[in-house]
Amino acid sequence: MSPQHELLSLRGVSKHFGRVIVATDLDLSVADGEALGIVGPNGAGKSTLFSMISGDLRPDAGTVWFDGNDVTGAHAYQRTRAGIGRTYQIPRPFENLTVFESVLVCCHQGGGRRGRDAADRAADILERTGLRAEANTAAGRLGLLQRKRLEMARALGTDPKLLLLDEVAGGLTDPEVAELVEVVQGIRADGLAVVWIEHVVHALVKTVDRMLCLAGGRIVADGSPLEVLANAEVRELYLGGGPESATADEETES
Amino acid sequence: MSLTDTLTSRAAKAASVRRSTRSTRVGGGVLTLVVLILAVLPFAVFSSVTDSLVNLFILIALASMWNLLAGFAGLVSVGQQAYFGLGAYAVLVFAEQGVQAYLAIILAAITAAVFAVPTSWLAFRLRGDYFAIGTWVIAEVYRLVTTRIDRLGGASGKSLTTLSDIDPVTRGALNYWVALVVAVASVVACYLLLRSRLGLALMAVRDEETAANAVGINVPRAKRWVYLISAAGCGAAGGVLLVTSLSVNPNAVYSVQWSAYMIFIVVIGGIGYIEGPLLGAVIFFALQQALADYGTTYLILLGLCGIAVALFAPRGLWGMIADRTRISLFPVGYNLAAPAGSDEPSTGEDQTR
Ligand SMILES: Nc1ncnc2c1ncn2[C@@H]1O[C@H](COP(=O)(O)OP(=O)(O)OP(=O)(O)O)[C@@H](O)[C@H]1O
Ligand SMILES: [Mg+2]
Repeated sequence: MSPQHELLSLRGVSKHFGRVIVATDLDLSVADGEALGIVGPNGAGKSTLFSMISGDLRPDAGTVWFDGNDVTGAHAYQRTRAGIGRTYQIPRPFENLTVFESVLVCCHQGGGRRGRDAADRAADILERTGLRAEANTAAGRLGLLQRKRLEMARALGTDPKLLLLDEVAGGLTDPEVAELVEVVQGIRADGLAVVWIEHVVHALVKTVDRMLCLAGGRIVADGSPLEVLANAEVRELYLGGGPESATADEETES
Repeated sequence: MSLTDTLTSRAAKAASVRRSTRSTRVGGGVLTLVVLILAVLPFAVFSSVTDSLVNLFILIALASMWNLLAGFAGLVSVGQQAYFGLGAYAVLVFAEQGVQAYLAIILAAITAAVFAVPTSWLAFRLRGDYFAIGTWVIAEVYRLVTTRIDRLGGASGKSLTTLSDIDPVTRGALNYWVALVVAVASVVACYLLLRSRLGLALMAVRDEETAANAVGINVPRAKRWVYLISAAGCGAAGGVLLVTSLSVNPNAVYSVQWSAYMIFIVVIGGIGYIEGPLLGAVIFFALQQALADYGTTYLILLGLCGIAVALFAPRGLWGMIADRTRISLFPVGYNLAAPAGSDEPSTGEDQTR
């Protein structure tokens, strides 16, 4: 048990779309400053879980607590202002705004900053996420890598206490992933809690304290990254049975 | 890290943001000049010219307000004539209470915004096409209720009598100036709104509503503000219609035809650009003047113009101009300058220069 303050806590959360069950009686908590990785097969309900935390979707049953408050009925924008920042797996850029404007609007609205303060903050975030050179480019004209970075930059602009990252490393080359891991570690160093959904397991293992595996709307395993990856059920569900080379590498590395 | 290192890195971090470029300053100068010339026009031309320009100014105000709604808040309304009519009647009522009719236009704008509050509770429950139809129905309700009120002249309308002691020449010039003020105020209001924090939020909402919510924008509240401002603008335009025509008829002033004008103007001019309704209104006005004698053919030609623009310039004429020339008369964006003393070459910014 962690002695730290519980920042996020889900109690008995359930959700289904028609006959597809994406969450059954889920319990989950994240402590202040903790980094949690989530893995699971496609369609496991990982992104849906984020949407229920961020307020884009309401759970059918259960409660969501954030920073000591029940936010189950709160709108997405209220949760963002309270300190939940999220990225979208499929980026949702503001097509006609520039990269700088996209982050600035987050500093204004989610971060509650004004004028100079907001502009400086936005510029600083662009620096940190490697988007400084694209500051005045329309967001709609960015490539995938930059779009993913912009998702992160926008979430950071809202001054979150908890950052939800949904497959930000998907489709990136190895050096790009390494760069991204550095960015996330920098974010962690500022004391932010991070929940990171990722199929690129080796990126997760380097970054998170804890990992859980989600499948069929249930938590299949929860523990240290290596424990979870060694779990027989996880291997069967997520890694398709046989031992996977990436995990084997991680185990020999550590 | 030494103190000086910290300080220099701080200084480098201070972002320098520019909001206007040379083209916008030139454009702003030209626009100011145009407004000044328009302002002295009553001293230079016959009153028939200034009288017909009043219609152009009303169209500019209405179209700017519709553009704000549809182009920036995604609210496609077919019922702004509700506030246009309300504005006309509000001036009538306030004038009868003894308020100077020209000044009552300000009260008409406020009245329209006040009525828009409960109306928005109803209309905002509807989405997309239903919102469009719903606003039209609401405007019809406004019309029907007005025709039932005998004090307002019922179905046959009523005349404004309090301006009759001003001599016609002076009154013509005053009408013209008041209409010009309302048109300029509408455009300036759009500009200031879109330059503000709320404006940037609105543009984010327009581009990606879900993401806008997720970055902390109170989307319903932002839309409601736009709806109220748009109602106020249409109310003022209705007030101008009353003081210039000196009478109001419910079937004419609450006619859906006004919505058709607004949509036509904004679509041909360019939706989502402040310049769009300005350009569109001028073109529509010119077409109206040129083709007025052709009867029904006029409507067919107008329709063909609309179709041609929709096919060849889907973002309107100003959209086409802006794409080709990158000109913007109303700078609402933010341009981040390269960091001071940055040693790395910045590649991305070169494209935008
Ligand atoms: N709005 C929706 N309406 C209906 N079904 C949905 C909706 N959103 C998600 N689903 C379904 O719910 C299931 C879980 O989706 P979700 O996106 O949460 O999965 P995921 O774990 O994030 O998968 P991936 O790894 O592919 O991103 C999928 O079967 C998906 O088709
Ligand atoms: Mg997903």
